[in-house]
Amino acid sequence: MILIVSAKLGTASRDKGTAAQGGKGSFISAIPSDIISTVEFNHTGELLATGDKGGRVVIFQREPESKNEPYSQGEYNVYSTFQSHEPEFDYLKSLEIEEKINKIKWLPQQNAAHSLLSTNDKTIKLWKITERDKRPEGYNLKDEEGKLKDLSTVTSLQVPVLKPMDLMVEVTPRRIFANGHTYHVNSISVNSDCETYMSADDLRINLWHLAITDRSFNIVDIKPANMEDLTEVITASEFHPHHCNLFVYSSSKGSLRLCDMRASALCDKHSKLYEEPEDPSNRSFFSEIISSVSDVKFSHSGRYMLTRDYLTVKVWDLNMETKPVETYQVHDYLRSKLCSLYENDCIFDKFECAWNGSDSVIMTGAYNNFFRMFDRNTKRDVTLEASRESSKPRAILKPRRVCVGGKRRKDDISVDSLDFTKKILHTAWHPTENIIAIAATNNLYIFQDKVNSEMH
Amino acid sequence: MGEEEGLHQTQLLDTMFVRGLKRKCFDGEEDIEGTLAGIKAIPSYNLQRQSLLDMSLVKLQLCHMLVEPNLCRSVLIANTVRQIQEEMTQDGTWQMINTQSTGQTSLDRLVSTDILCRSSREQAEGKQVPGYSNFNKDFEDDQTQDSSETMSTASSVQAPRNLQSNVWEMENPQENRGNFQKSLDQIFETLENKSPNSVEDLFSEVDNSYYDLDTMLTGMMSNTKMGHCDGLETFSSPTTTTSNSNCKSDLNELDHIVEILVES
Repeated sequence: MILIVSAKLGTASRDKGTAAQGGKGSFISAIPSDIISTVEFNHTGELLATGDKGGRVVIFQREPESKNEPYSQGEYNVYSTFQSHEPEFDYLKSLEIEEKINKIKWLPQQNAAHSLLSTNDKTIKLWKITERDKRPEGYNLKDEEGKLKDLSTVTSLQVPVLKPMDLMVEVTPRRIFANGHTYHVNSISVNSDCETYMSADDLRINLWHLAITDRSFNIVDIKPANMEDLTEVITASEFHPHHCNLFVYSSSKGSLRLCDMRASALCDKHSKLYEEPEDPSNRSFFSEIISSVSDVKFSHSGRYMLTRDYLTVKVWDLNMETKPVETYQVHDYLRSKLCSLYENDCIFDKFECAWNGSDSVIMTGAYNNFFRMFDRNTKRDVTLEASRESSKPRAILKPRRVCVGGKRRKDDISVDSLDFTKKILHTAWHPTENIIAIAATNNLYIFQDKVNSEMH
Repeated sequence: MGEEEGLHQTQLLDTMFVRGLKRKCFDGEEDIEGTLAGIKAIPSYNLQRQSLLDMSLVKLQLCHMLVEPNLCRSVLIANTVRQIQEEMTQDGTWQMINTQSTGQTSLDRLVSTDILCRSSREQAEGKQVPGYSNFNKDFEDDQTQDSSETMSTASSVQAPRNLQSNVWEMENPQENRGNFQKSLDQIFETLENKSPNSVEDLFSEVDNSYYDLDTMLTGMMSNTKMGHCDGLETFSSPTTTTSNSNCKSDLNELDHIVEILVES
């Protein structure tokens, strides 16, 4: 088995009050916090950013491992909280623009500061996060409180000196990329060239330069001339991790398109089209809906792509367009419940998926606060639950099982008693270590592997 | 092939609707309860399909009235509706259901979608007939094809926008079909806020939705000429990049128009 997760649980609180100074490993907050809408580790895994429905971003930082407790790895504590987006009103359409953060993507760190992109439905913002732990003291013209000194009292000159102060984390908006999208932005992706990034909405994908906010280049446009002919939308997109000219986008019809920006300025013609033919024995009126890809992620190696549709996760080899190389059933027991799930709209839930650092394990969320992990090598899978009851700090997560009739073991959950309001849509995996972040509605769970991970 | 598929689907729907699950599906549908009240056995495939169609239409109407409809969801539901209707057309049940004299059920359904459609119906009054005839022509073309193929082809409306009298029009109450097609049309139209007037002609080369106009206006004001130009590029030639001159002439024309609009 891959990992017996987890040795330690940190349910960090995300209340509004504690701003820059995060507390130490605080647990469930009494103050109701907003529904988490995105989770993302930075490139080293030291920082973890979450965005919520209220337009807020909370960044967690991993504490360095303490020498006193050599067996405990660093916990994640609140590092900074800031309001990224505010609700806006579109006067022309008389519609509100939600402040919900749809995606956060970190930029690779190039100096002491950290930068990230956050986006709501319409506007992308570049934020710079800096630390300040020193303050200049001993000004000539100002006193300690900043008031101007009476010049007659100044008799000698002094050089201001930097004195240490309590750590302060400052977050400033550096760029605002607005007015680029008519439709709702569903994904952003930073290019490996570290200069450009792309943003995708339902019908178009734009390429931006990180330093230029007043223009963007449209690279994909699938809007039909007549909106009544619209039958397919873009659901997710991502740049290739190594090749700065390649990107992929997924559609609501279950297809993936790999595009090469060298081929033409407007990438409406894909270089490769990845599509699996429909299984005629499973066909129903819901076939198209459940084939809609909700997330696409390149593997770290760049050789594979991971897609999530309603019932499965699939691994695609970039070199093979006809079908995925691996398919994993996330919750096939829902196949007989599609009508109910269509009625209560759950069938439209967009689950995300994630690779581990070595691309050997994939993870995705499900209902009832369950999440699933699949080991590509051993072909074993596990279902785990992110809930307060089953996750005491430092407890080992117990695998869960959904029974579909027939033999029912103790602790099994029956399909009919699954809670469809408790959905895990957003999950993230640390870039190198076995640490995962799970967003369960408005709680964030961080699970770490036991120290002795001889499994790999 | 069609028969096999029909059987598979029946089995599938049966599984879906058995075990009390059908209650969850149908409880919210007041117009359906009347139909099923007297039926003790498992509802027929046709009825299940009809109720799925009704449920989908309600969903479309609801999202039509919401503040910010989720385009992906709307498109998926609309595709499902088209798929059902295509199948019903192939079966000939579309015709049957609407000409039955036990039209109580039909009328109930008509009323419910009618009420929901009302606010938007006035808006798109002028578009009713052309849209309707397009839809019919489309089905005529597709009747001979495999249903799996028609899922994608049925959605592309190719007929010119003119009145065509055909067998469908004569035998079926226009209202039901008109309502239905209007629902689909309205979803996307309202999302686009098309204005069917002379302004359309000015922007004939360009997408004539209010929202894109907004984007263009905003773009003009904040000097996003590059993005603006790209937008025009895609409209005039979707697959290749346009030359500078093409872009510039369109821009000049639009410049002029926008100046007038902005100044007024």
